[in-house]
Amino acid sequence: MKGARRSHGPLDYSRRLWVRITLWLSFAFLYAPIAILVIYSFNDSRRNIVWRGFTLKYYERAWNNDSLIQAFANSLTIAFFSTLFSVLLGMLTAVLLWRFRFPAKAPFEGTVSLPIIIPEICMGVAMMAFFTRIGWPVDLPWPLNLGAITIAHISFSFPFVAMVVRARLARFNREFEEAARDLGASEWQAFRDVLLPYMKPGLIAGALLAFTLSLDDFVITFFTAGPETVTFPVKVYSMVRFSVTPEVNAASTVLLLITLVLTTTAILLQNRSGRD
Amino acid sequence: MNGDSPIISINSVSKTFPGGVQAVQNADLEIREGEFFALLGPSGCGKTTLLRILAGFETPSTGDVFIDGKNMHGVAPNRRPVNMVFQSYAVFPHMTVADNVAYGLRVSGTDRGEISGRVKDALELVQLGEYGTRQPGQLSGGQVQRVALARALVKKPRVLLLDEPLSALDAKLRETMQMELVRLQDTVGITFIIVTHDQNEALSMADRIAVMDQGKVLQVAGPGELYEYPRDRFVAEFIGKTNLFEGTNVGWESGMLSLLVNGLGRVELPCAEHLYHDVGLAVRPEKMLLMQERPDHGYLAFEAEVEKIAYYGSESRVFLATDRGLALEVSIRNDTRAAADEQLSGRRWVVWRPEDTLILPD
Repeated sequence: MKGARRSHGPLDYSRRLWVRITLWLSFAFLYAPIAILVIYSFNDSRRNIVWRGFTLKYYERAWNNDSLIQAFANSLTIAFFSTLFSVLLGMLTAVLLWRFRFPAKAPFEGTVSLPIIIPEICMGVAMMAFFTRIGWPVDLPWPLNLGAITIAHISFSFPFVAMVVRARLARFNREFEEAARDLGASEWQAFRDVLLPYMKPGLIAGALLAFTLSLDDFVITFFTAGPETVTFPVKVYSMVRFSVTPEVNAASTVLLLITLVLTTTAILLQNRSGRD
Repeated sequence: MNGDSPIISINSVSKTFPGGVQAVQNADLEIREGEFFALLGPSGCGKTTLLRILAGFETPSTGDVFIDGKNMHGVAPNRRPVNMVFQSYAVFPHMTVADNVAYGLRVSGTDRGEISGRVKDALELVQLGEYGTRQPGQLSGGQVQRVALARALVKKPRVLLLDEPLSALDAKLRETMQMELVRLQDTVGITFIIVTHDQNEALSMADRIAVMDQGKVLQVAGPGELYEYPRDRFVAEFIGKTNLFEGTNVGWESGMLSLLVNGLGRVELPCAEHLYHDVGLAVRPEKMLLMQERPDHGYLAFEAEVEKIAYYGSESRVFLATDRGLALEVSIRNDTRAAADEQLSGRRWVVWRPEDTLILPD
C-alpha cells in the first residue's frame, strides 16, 4: 500500500470516503422524512408544501384543538393503565416461567410471546371480533369506555415486559434468594427484599416499552376504537385524510419527542441492569 | 460446651433427585456440639446436597435430620437454628455491608436498638468495623466473605454451615482465611460444618472429617486417624498420596499374613485377624526410605530404579519402578541443603516398616 493510505489505522473506518458516504446515506434514508416532519411543523403555510417562514402558531393551534387534546388525553390514559397491568402481568409471567416447572410449560411459553409475532392487522381484527362477540358495552362514561382498547393494548404489551424481565432473571443467582430465606425471611419477604430489587431495572425498562407501544399503536387501536374513544394516532390519521396541515406535524413532533425520551430512558436502564 | 451431645443427627438420609440421580445414599452422621466438622469429597459426591438438606433447601427422600434434638422434617429454611455461608457468598448487592448484616435480624423482628449493636459487634468480629457504610461492590473477595460470615453469625445460629467458603479466594488468602476461620470458631464456640473438596483444608481446619464419595459417607474420623488409618481404598487415595498394591492371599499363620504382590513378590505382614481373602496394601510415600544397601531384617525392602524426581522445596518426590514394572513413589525430606542438592539416580532399596503398611480389605 502507498504511504498516504497507510496513514490511517486499520480501524479508522470513518476516514475512508466510501464508508463515510454509506454512513451519511443511511442516516438520510432513515431520518430525512422525520426531519422534514419536524421542520415543517414550524412552517408558516396552511397547505404546507413550500417553506414560508418560521412560526409556532400550529403548536398553539394543536393545543387549542379540543378533539386533538381529548385524543391525547385518551392515549395517555390508555397508556398508563395498559403499562400498569402489563408490568404486573409481565412480571408474574416472567417469574412463573423462570421459577416453576409445570406440565405444558413449553407450549405456554410459546403462546405467551405469540402477540409479538402475530401481524398487527390480525390482532386488530381479532380484537374487534372478540369485543363484538362478547357484547362489550360501548356507551360507558369516560374513562371506562377506554376499557376495550386498554385490554387490547395489555395483550400485546405484557409479553414484551415478560421477555425483558425474564432475560434479567436468567442471570439471577438463586443463592441470593436462598440466603434471604436462610437468614429468616419468609418466601414473600425474600421476594420483596431480594428478587424484586433485582428485577427493578427490567421492570422499569419493560414499563417504558409498554408505555411507548401503547402510546403509538395505530392498527389494533383503530379496530377497537369507537367514535367516542379516538386515540392520538387515530386522530392524526383522520386529520391527514382532509389535509396535511402543520398542525398534524406539530402534534406528531410532540408524540415523537415523548417516545424518544421514554425509549432512551428504557435503553439506559437496560444497559445499567446489564452491568450488575 | 458439652463435647458429647450431638447437635446434629443425620439418620439414614437419602436424597434422590428427579431424574434418578442418587445424590446422598443412606448417610448416618452425628455432629457434636462445638465441633469443627468437615464434609470432604470430590465434586458430585453429595456433600453439598447434604449441607443443603441441613439448611432446609432440599428435603431428604428418606431418613430424618435432627438439629438440637428436633426433627427438621417439614421445617422451612427460615425456621431452622442454622445459618449458611454460601459458595458465592450471596451478599446482597443492593444493600450496604451493615444492611446485609442487619437483614437477618430485621426480618425476624429484632428491635432496632438491639440490631445496630449486634451488627457492630458482628462486623468487628470479622474485622470489618469500619466498612458498615460500604457497598459490597467496593470490597475485595476476602472482605465480601467476611461480610457473609458476619451476616450468618449475627443470627447466633446453633450451627454455621459453610459451602466451599474458600474456593473463590486465591491460594495465599485461602491459607490466611483457614486460620481465621479456626480462630473465629474458637471465639464464638458455634458448631461449624464446612463442605470442601480440598483435603488440606479439611485436615488443617477440622476436628473431624466425613469423607464422601458417590453419595456415601465412607469414613468419619479425626484428621490424623483418617490419614494414618483410612478404611478403604478411596479414602486412602483421596487423602494425601499413597502407594497402593494388590495382594493375593497365600496364607495366614499365627499372626503373619503372607501375600503375593504383583510387581513386588512375596510380602509378609503382621496381621492379628485371620484373613482368607485378597487385600489391598497402602503405604504412604513419606513412610518409605531409600537406601543404598539392603537393611537387616525387620524391614520390607524392594529394589527399584529411580526414574524421576519432583522437587517441592521442603520435600522431594522420587518416582521409582521395580524390575517387574511396579511404580513406587517415595517422598524424602530435604532437611539439609546437602539432601536437597543430592542427585538421586540408579538402583535403590525402597524400605519401610511392615507396621506402616495398611491392609485394606476389599
